Amino acid sequence: MERIGRRSLVLAVFSWIFAVSLISGCRREPSGGAVVPAAPTGRVGASPQAVPSGADDGQWLMAAKNYASTRYSGLTQINARNVRNLKVALTFSTGSLRGHEAAPLVVNGTMYIVTPFPNDLYALDLTQPGAPAKWVYHPDPEASAQGVACCDVVNRGAAYADGRIFYNTLDNHTVAVDAETGQEVWKTRLGDINKGETLTMAPIVVKGKVLVGNSGGEMGVRGWITALDAGSGRIAWRAYSTGPDKDVLIGPGFKPFYAQDRGRDLGVKTWPPEAWKTGGGTVWGWISYDPELDLIYYGTGNPGPWNPDQRPGDNKWTSGIFARDPDNGEARWFYQWSPHDEHDYDGVNENVLLDLNIGGRTRKVLVRPERNGYVYVLDRATGEVLSADPFVYITGSRGVDLKTGRLRVAAEKKTGVGKVTREICPAAPGAKDWQPSAWSPRTGLLYMAHNNLCMDFEGVEVSYISGTPFVGANVRMYAGPGGHRGEFTAWDPVARRKAWSVKEKFPAWSGALVTAGDVVFYGTMDGWFKALHARTGQELWKFKTGSGIIGQPISYRGPDGKQYVAILSGVGGWAGAVVSGQLDTRDSTAALGFVNAMKDLPANTTRGGMLYVFGLP
Amino acid sequence: MKRFSFLLALLLLPGCAGEGGATPAKSARELRVCADPNNLPFSNRRLQGFENELASLIAREMGATVRYTWWAQRRGFIRNTLNAGACDVVMGIPSSFELVLATRPYYRSTYVFVTRRDSGLDVRSFDDPLLKKVKVGVQIIGDDYANAPPAHALASRGAVQNVIGYTVYGDYREDSPPSRIVKAVAAGEVDVAVVWGPLAGYFAPRQPAPLAIVPVSPKIDLPFLPFVFDISLGVRRGDQALRDELDGILERRKPEIDALLDRYGVPKG
Repeated sequence: MERIGRRSLVLAVFSWIFAVSLISGCRREPSGGAVVPAAPTGRVGASPQAVPSGADDGQWLMAAKNYASTRYSGLTQINARNVRNLKVALTFSTGSLRGHEAAPLVVNGTMYIVTPFPNDLYALDLTQPGAPAKWVYHPDPEASAQGVACCDVVNRGAAYADGRIFYNTLDNHTVAVDAETGQEVWKTRLGDINKGETLTMAPIVVKGKVLVGNSGGEMGVRGWITALDAGSGRIAWRAYSTGPDKDVLIGPGFKPFYAQDRGRDLGVKTWPPEAWKTGGGTVWGWISYDPELDLIYYGTGNPGPWNPDQRPGDNKWTSGIFARDPDNGEARWFYQWSPHDEHDYDGVNENVLLDLNIGGRTRKVLVRPERNGYVYVLDRATGEVLSADPFVYITGSRGVDLKTGRLRVAAEKKTGVGKVTREICPAAPGAKDWQPSAWSPRTGLLYMAHNNLCMDFEGVEVSYISGTPFVGANVRMYAGPGGHRGEFTAWDPVARRKAWSVKEKFPAWSGALVTAGDVVFYGTMDGWFKALHARTGQELWKFKTGSGIIGQPISYRGPDGKQYVAILSGVGGWAGAVVSGQLDTRDSTAALGFVNAMKDLPANTTRGGMLYVFGLP
Repeated sequence: MKRFSFLLALLLLPGCAGEGGATPAKSARELRVCADPNNLPFSNRRLQGFENELASLIAREMGATVRYTWWAQRRGFIRNTLNAGACDVVMGIPSSFELVLATRPYYRSTYVFVTRRDSGLDVRSFDDPLLKKVKVGVQIIGDDYANAPPAHALASRGAVQNVIGYTVYGDYREDSPPSRIVKAVAAGEVDVAVVWGPLAGYFAPRQPAPLAIVPVSPKIDLPFLPFVFDISLGVRRGDQALRDELDGILERRKPEIDALLDRYGVPKG
């Protein structure tokens, strides 16, 4: 201050304000964001009121397409015979360099895109040539949220209902935006980044409630799902994944199928004292809804942040699945995929709700390709496991005991500090991570992009956080049997076997889409967007996009009556952090050991978010 | 004219000059440091940590001024700071930390047992059977497959049910969130806490109740679980010239640095 000395007070004050604004401006960066019009402007032509019903309305209102989460488009213009003629119809740069995992939405001639942090929402006018942006909504999330987010700063998409777009921001807000005008209707804070909590998942809207779950299990966050009133944004209920029954919303209506899930306050008793308070079980994956049974279904993340030997017990209700009443959140049943998880097997994958003929009768089932390597078929009314079959090479367990429902864990693959454990398959990202599968009622097959990865725990590595040195296992991931790191598989859940599969060089980290034209679409981490024959797996068409693909393909009918297929390209996520986060490829344990398996990705793709829409000429 | 040039100087301040960066334009040399703005006794935005003082001391030796970039020292810290080019040095890392090029160690510290003096507890070793009976607090990290060494040491000896974890992240709105574990001993939430030395050495004397600090033993659990760590400055891999210069300063100024660490109560390992 003495340098100001004899300058006039006015100038001093002015300079001070100027300096402060400079500095505070700095703290709010780095958004890495696009230069776009600041204020939401423009109007949507169509009324966002009624959503036409019928076979397929040609729209895409939620990431999973429908409550059953089939990602099946009933449109048939693009089919196995003509898909080879697909051409780029439209592109749009999101201006963001991080991983793009979101599904675009299409409602009333408008496409909506959520970017990774800073979580901007674009509305593109599909009725105009080139689909110009009508408006962009900036939620301006706190920059510091990037520092506490595990993995990459992704967002998995939005949901549309009653004229509004609902989605989550990394800094723990759920927002409702007017689908026509881009004006914010409400914005509710659900968590605290100061405690390591973030939001990355795509919400769904059920009976006037927006359902949202948190991320951050690695940071000692306690998992929850929360329902917000879609009209007002007020919190209607919240159910935790750990702790006493009253917090988990377990009451007299809770009827789990298996004995190990019955008893009082198991969310406390299956942990060392107080460990449940930071026990993980976050809800960062997918939610489905069955209107007939009136139940929502969602998975819980892995337990944390203790090592397994420091949290003896089943660690309920982590790495499992809940069925709940959407009106009040009360739990109806629970099943645990991986009791006392040791391998970071989150249980948050998609739940595909189907009516299948099993053992000669139609059963209401829930199909779940799980991180631990099994495709589960559950009775979705009761939570009974009807079958659980491996879809990849598994060493970490030896199947599921269908009598008790328990996973048979392989004792020799138990990990510990200072202990060397080799060839744990699947690796921590699982046989299949978050990337959602698709189901075709025409072929009776489930289509899933997944991984073929194993891992070693070798010795110890010294690290440092918040001024505290610590040690951890040196995790290295590598390709599983066959040498390929990814695979795209068509699975028959009734016959309980693989119908066909295609090998991929890199982990297949994108969502899947299947259409009534018997074409399946997915993308690869080196940027190929592919169309395969849904019945044979034969490659019919492919296109090289600008960056690796980890997004979710969708299909819609444009205002011109033509069918289109859309995908966001933009590499990143856990698998792609080596490119989007520019990690050091010499550090094989970076990104929790994933970088070792991805050393060649930077030579195969570069970062940058771009929408691609394809159509027939 | 003078006024305008002052404003101009402000305008030209590159990117993210933090506090402590009010550099006159002619002083060419800057020591660009990345540090946690809220993590005493190491560093904070008010420059009250020993790493802040050490940075000033080193900068004086270099004829430079310190310029800070603040970033919480959590996962991705090195990636977002040193490796992103936001600075050239971080003031504290374990000497065997592979992400950076480490200088010679400038101190060695140890995990310590912290107890209330009036408790009568005298715990000196992880093998003390008392540690399975009384309430024990440990720092937890929560990085997958990684944790603070005392947490591993207690678990391998069967002390689990009586152990309470205090996350090093804490609540970032509070001052120096990792310090909560020391406050927990003073408040009687736990009987014994096993805490990284510098944190305990600084916060223990600042509690309302008198606390005792005893270095843990053994110093290492076999096959390889150390409780004692060498701490260095870190520069970018490949930045040999800066590392060598810092090594020289650390050697020349060792008496001053030792005195600085003593003032902050850093236990010697």
